[in-house]
Amino acid sequence: MDDFLTVNDLWKSFGADHILRGVNISFDEGAVTSIIGQSGTGKSVLIKNIIGVLEPDRGDILFRGESMVNAEPAKRDEMRRHFGYLFQDSALFDSMTVAENIAFPLVEGRGEKDRDRIAKMVQEKLEWIGLPHEADSYPAELSGGMRKRVGLARTLAVEPDVLLFDEPTTGLDPVLAATINDLITRVNEEFGITCILITHDIQATFRISDYIGFLYDGQIQAQGRPDELSKTDHPILRKFISNSFSELEV
Amino acid sequence: MADDTRKSGPNTRLAAPGSHAEERNYGVAGIIEALGRKVYNLFFGLGRFTVFLGQVIRNIPRRPIRWRLLWEQVERIGVQSVPIIAMSSAAIGMIFALQLTMLMAMFQAESMVGAAVGLTLARELAPVVTSLMLIAKNGSAMTAELGTMRVTEQLDAMQTMAVDPVHYLVTPRLVASVITFPILTGMANVVGLVGSYIVAVGMLRVDPGGFFNQLYGLVTPTDVYSGLIKAAVMGFMMTVICSYYGFHSGRGAKGVGQSSTQAVVTSSVGILIADYIMADLMLKLLY
Repeated sequence: MDDFLTVNDLWKSFGADHILRGVNISFDEGAVTSIIGQSGTGKSVLIKNIIGVLEPDRGDILFRGESMVNAEPAKRDEMRRHFGYLFQDSALFDSMTVAENIAFPLVEGRGEKDRDRIAKMVQEKLEWIGLPHEADSYPAELSGGMRKRVGLARTLAVEPDVLLFDEPTTGLDPVLAATINDLITRVNEEFGITCILITHDIQATFRISDYIGFLYDGQIQAQGRPDELSKTDHPILRKFISNSFSELEV
Repeated sequence: MADDTRKSGPNTRLAAPGSHAEERNYGVAGIIEALGRKVYNLFFGLGRFTVFLGQVIRNIPRRPIRWRLLWEQVERIGVQSVPIIAMSSAAIGMIFALQLTMLMAMFQAESMVGAAVGLTLARELAPVVTSLMLIAKNGSAMTAELGTMRVTEQLDAMQTMAVDPVHYLVTPRLVASVITFPILTGMANVVGLVGSYIVAVGMLRVDPGGFFNQLYGLVTPTDVYSGLIKAAVMGFMMTVICSYYGFHSGRGAKGVGQSSTQAVVTSSVGILIADYIMADLMLKLLY
């Protein structure tokens, strides 16, 4: 694995709960990497540490060889502009229209003032996600799947190098979940964006991921390509995978 | 069915295995522990508030200045509050004129009503009542809006886009409050005096010449400015306190509701305490 994005010995606790206890994982540039694990093992905590919403108690996160944890605030903001994050519930700004939501990172994060350029970008993204006529709608008027797609469009507005997805298909019906997974694949293939997913959709994970990391007991217990992990000897991971795939047989 | 808890001593109850209840001691040690926890929480909260206050102050001079957001807040906090402030200050002016005229009639000093109402309004009532009304109207809304944004991860989303939520959300509200609170207080002074004139002169037959002579003779620009300065400080306090509770709101509708209530109570008590301190200082420094 290259040194594009690396998590080194990451620790994070909330009070007496030690959620992450020395996480080590690397993410290849241009790859789709999924983090799987049981509920409550700290998958969301891990990616929130990567994006900087949470600060680790110990350890480091290196982006292109530079520390994100120890960087000055201005430098950290500049590094953060290379990242996008799709929240589980999309986290759209409910006082803004869809168009304003998608334009927000470009206008407020990058300081873009050219209205024509902004409008063009917004319309391109709306067409890419298949919602070309929803520019003036408000988030409350959209379905869950539509909100998820608008959230994805918003993350793509600034053409990030890395996209983090926090359970992108949770709560969606199978058809919509497949649509979202296809969008993730398209994001990776069409734009070359490095994608990091937290997901419980194990079957989709094995289908779309280049690499998979298994988080258990506060650490990455196994990491590798899907075909390598499917042959793992790790007892918890074996049970995790076999339970997930045996549901299909039922 | 077995009890959910088991006793291991006269003063302790332990949770059943697998449950999540904390061990609680109900004896003297338990009281001391509870007291210690409250003191710890108090200092933790004060520390967290101080950090937040530092973030707010640090962001005031930062660029960019978001003029659109600023004017939106001036309209919401200021313009949309004009009717309620006008009504409340008119009512206060009228009530005070009624009560003071009756009182001063005992000393045949009815003509002093204008000055008495003017002084009271300018120094105390206009800034305090205006601020309390604005806390109830805008402060609670501010906390609820920011609290909802917190629990739906909108504040986190902003952070992931390298946009400081304090600079984007709090700074425009803060500047708008510091601008509009004194303007609304000035309006409250005028409307309150008009209300007092209607009651004192129009209804209770106080001599209008005496009303205005005493008003102009005793109420000085210093009285008015001191009230406006108080209003600006109260606007600052309301925004910081209500924003703090919004940013640190608990989860769910209950958490947001609790935060709104705490924000209104804390802001109201805070400005009353601040009013006393400022009144004491101003009396020493300005008079």
